[in-house]
Amino acid sequence: MDDFIAARSQMALSLGFHIIFSCIGMVMPFFMAVSHYKWLKTNDEVYKNLTKAWSKGVAIFFATGAVSGTMLSFELGLLWPKFMDHAGPIFGMPFSLEGTAFFIEAIALGFFLYGWNKLNKWFHWFTGMVVGVSGLASGILVVAANAWMNSPAGFDFINGKYLNIDPIQAMFNKAWFSQALHMCLAAFTATGFAVAGVHALMILRNRNAAFHLKAFKIAAIFACIGALLQPLSGDISAKDVAKRQPAKLAAMEALYKTEKPAPLLIGGIVNEKDKTVKGAIEIPGALSFLAHGDFKAEVKGLDQIPENEHPPVAITHYAFQIMVGIGTLLLLVSLTYFFILFKKKPLTEKRWLLKLFVVAIPLGYIALEAGWVVTEVGRQPWIIYGIMRTKDAVTPMPGIAYSFYIFSAIYVSLSIIVTFLLYRQIKMVPVLYNKPERK
Amino acid sequence: MEQVVITFLCMAILLYFLLGGADFGAGIIELFTSTKNRSKTRKTMYQAIGPVWEANHMWLIIAIVILFVGFPHIYTTMSVYLHIPLAIMLIGIIARGTAFVFRHYDAVKDDMQWFYNRIFRYSSFVTALFLGIIAGSLISGHIDTQANDFYTAYISGWLNWFSVAVGMFTVSLCGFLAAIYLIGETKEAHDKRRFIKKAEFMNVAAVVFGAMVFIAAQRDKIPLTDWVFKSNVGLSAIILASLSLVLLWYLLIKGKTKVLRILAGFQVTMILLAISYAHFPNFIRLKNGDAISLLETAGPEKTIYSLGLALLLGSVLILPFLGYLFYKFQKKEE
Ligand code: HDD
Ligand code: HEM
Ligand code: HEM
Repeated sequence: MDDFIAARSQMALSLGFHIIFSCIGMVMPFFMAVSHYKWLKTNDEVYKNLTKAWSKGVAIFFATGAVSGTMLSFELGLLWPKFMDHAGPIFGMPFSLEGTAFFIEAIALGFFLYGWNKLNKWFHWFTGMVVGVSGLASGILVVAANAWMNSPAGFDFINGKYLNIDPIQAMFNKAWFSQALHMCLAAFTATGFAVAGVHALMILRNRNAAFHLKAFKIAAIFACIGALLQPLSGDISAKDVAKRQPAKLAAMEALYKTEKPAPLLIGGIVNEKDKTVKGAIEIPGALSFLAHGDFKAEVKGLDQIPENEHPPVAITHYAFQIMVGIGTLLLLVSLTYFFILFKKKPLTEKRWLLKLFVVAIPLGYIALEAGWVVTEVGRQPWIIYGIMRTKDAVTPMPGIAYSFYIFSAIYVSLSIIVTFLLYRQIKMVPVLYNKPERK
Repeated sequence: MEQVVITFLCMAILLYFLLGGADFGAGIIELFTSTKNRSKTRKTMYQAIGPVWEANHMWLIIAIVILFVGFPHIYTTMSVYLHIPLAIMLIGIIARGTAFVFRHYDAVKDDMQWFYNRIFRYSSFVTALFLGIIAGSLISGHIDTQANDFYTAYISGWLNWFSVAVGMFTVSLCGFLAAIYLIGETKEAHDKRRFIKKAEFMNVAAVVFGAMVFIAAQRDKIPLTDWVFKSNVGLSAIILASLSLVLLWYLLIKGKTKVLRILAGFQVTMILLAISYAHFPNFIRLKNGDAISLLETAGPEKTIYSLGLALLLGSVLILPFLGYLFYKFQKKEE
């Protein structure tokens, strides 16, 4: 394997791995806080057990998120030293603030996990909230750093030199808001559906239904609100991309020729050699509307962009289709759920709805990973958009392929172990938390 | 602001060494504990470091972020020429961090525990070893940024007698810190004696490996003796470290366990100070005689300014909260 490809694959793998754990670390504290709050208010033991059960899962995920994040902060230098040499001082601001956020999160987690019966109960609840809020803050900050790579700001690039550096301006670059908003919603949607789905499965199997129903309701409401807002936020993102990265937008839609008005393609097989798309459904004018808010606007195609600045079209296009497809599906599930809630029908009778949630367990995460592929692969061949090419940033050390194989093996084993542990946690729920139901 | 940032960097490195080090040390101690006492050691350890575990490791991240934001040239030089030891250390961090949590949170306690324990112990050792190797390599003057072949560029910079000796020295210091820490965490006299034995063992190991560091420095022509004995600060630090060692053993015999920790921390701080003071602010010494200095390679003024501000702001938020965490979970023993 080519060193450059290996470095990119290793980066993608590490980020793709980290994101799953960090999203859980970002979102689960809020679920726990709700259940914890209900316990403090109603004294219903089930909520206490639920909070404890969730917190054990979170501890597992948090540790995995923390070590993979530590790995990433070194990896940026191990793989892309020339990028970090220049970018570090410019886009470092969010990272240094993020350091604070992580730290607070880690401390608060210490309080939360070990504070049962030791702390004032409301202070204990509050530390749980702090875990969530600081996790969310770190997510927003790190995405702002990534947004800077898409939309560089806060410096002047003159004769190959980075001058007049302003880290604050770099942090508030043009892309940070749309990306951070979309990312936070995605974290809630993906984690919400995953958690709700697992509990739905348990209800269907009729294990500890009271426990799992309460869990399901908390997770599902977060998930469904997220899924409802996600397409709106995605639309903001798309308009943003159209303005700042026309090449990415063209790749997302596999738009080889500039068109006015431009149709929206659904599905289709991309042929990168002949620059054609076969078998797609076309919706006339829809792309013009999505990108510019006007059914007749012109949308820039790849023909207006120099060949050596084209991102990989097929991957970006497929990934975008997957994300939007799943987004639409989850939106429908949410609408159905709200309809049923509105009608006040008991959930346990709607087994088909619970089954739908079971199917949705992995979907949010698949969409989330696909979305990142759109953003990152769509930015290629640039590591700093329009300024530095990815291939000029890679480490001079040969043999990165071996590093990639080793880390792949580690990540695969970790995923297997975490899944296994989670399975055991869930399996043990009846033994550990069954007391109120046993009577 | 530059001074503020550099102070934070030194503090983060020091605290990582002390707190993270004690944490690695706990795994190392477990490695050298006989099978029948292991599960007890493990319990004591979990109660001792569980709550502060995540926080202890944040210092590494703080140090790295300060480096890549404020001193990118140092960060990238390390990343390129010490790629291999850094990667091994990272594997160690991943393995021990996850094994530590998994073994506690596995809902079913069965044979898997055997597997987590193995990983935790060996990776604690490897992580501390490579942390030391990296630290040693930075000042060893073996890093060659002009090398043309793979071996000189990516291997000999860290695989040399001096770096490895520093690595082993680090392992023994970590074990020592952990043993001293654990003495105060257990109530049973029998366990106390066990940890005292461990501390003695690690102390002897530290002296032996410390001597090896000096021998290796001689062999590799590193002016370590000059740094330590020819500068007033270096010399006083070493004298203070030796005095505190005597005091430490005296208190240990007297059974005063609380002050011990502070003394052990003080001692390790003095050792680090003695080794690093003479060539401060040079952070990396290169083979051609040049050095990369913190002061000369600091990032642009605005960056350093906002970094310093972020760190100050962060510490206002973090330190009281962190202090309370340590306080709250210390109190339980009384
Ligand atoms: C649960 C996950 C999820 C779902 C259902 C969606 N997205 Fe998304 N999307 C993400 C998760 C995501 C993400 C992984 O979080 C990304 C990657 C970068 C970012 O900021 O968010 C993303 C990026 C992203 C981008 C690129 C932004 C950029 O490069 O700056 C666009 C244009 C969209 N999305 C559009 C949409 C639309 C129109 C959706 C309609 C349903 C949609 N997304 C659903
Ligand atoms: C967690 C979500 C993320 C995922 C799944 C992700 C995914 C990817 C992928 C697929 C690539 C490879 C691109 C290619 O080979 O064409 C990549 C590259 C990269 N990403 Fe991300 N990314 C994420 C977030 C981030 C963030 C937050 C940052 C930085 C702050 C970042 C920095 C980079 C860098 C430096 C590269 C290497 C250069 C490149 O290939 O573009 N990524 N990422
Ligand atoms: C979009 C991408 C990312 C998001 C949303 C994200 C978010 C988070 C969150 C919420 C945590 C807290 C851990 C948890 O609760 O499980 C975390 C941990 C961490 N992340 Fe990321 N992160 C991303 C990418 C990155 C990148 C690119 C880096 C490094 C340069 C990084 C470095 C870290 C570090 C060092 C930690 C460990 C902190 C701890 O111990 O709590 N992350 N991340």
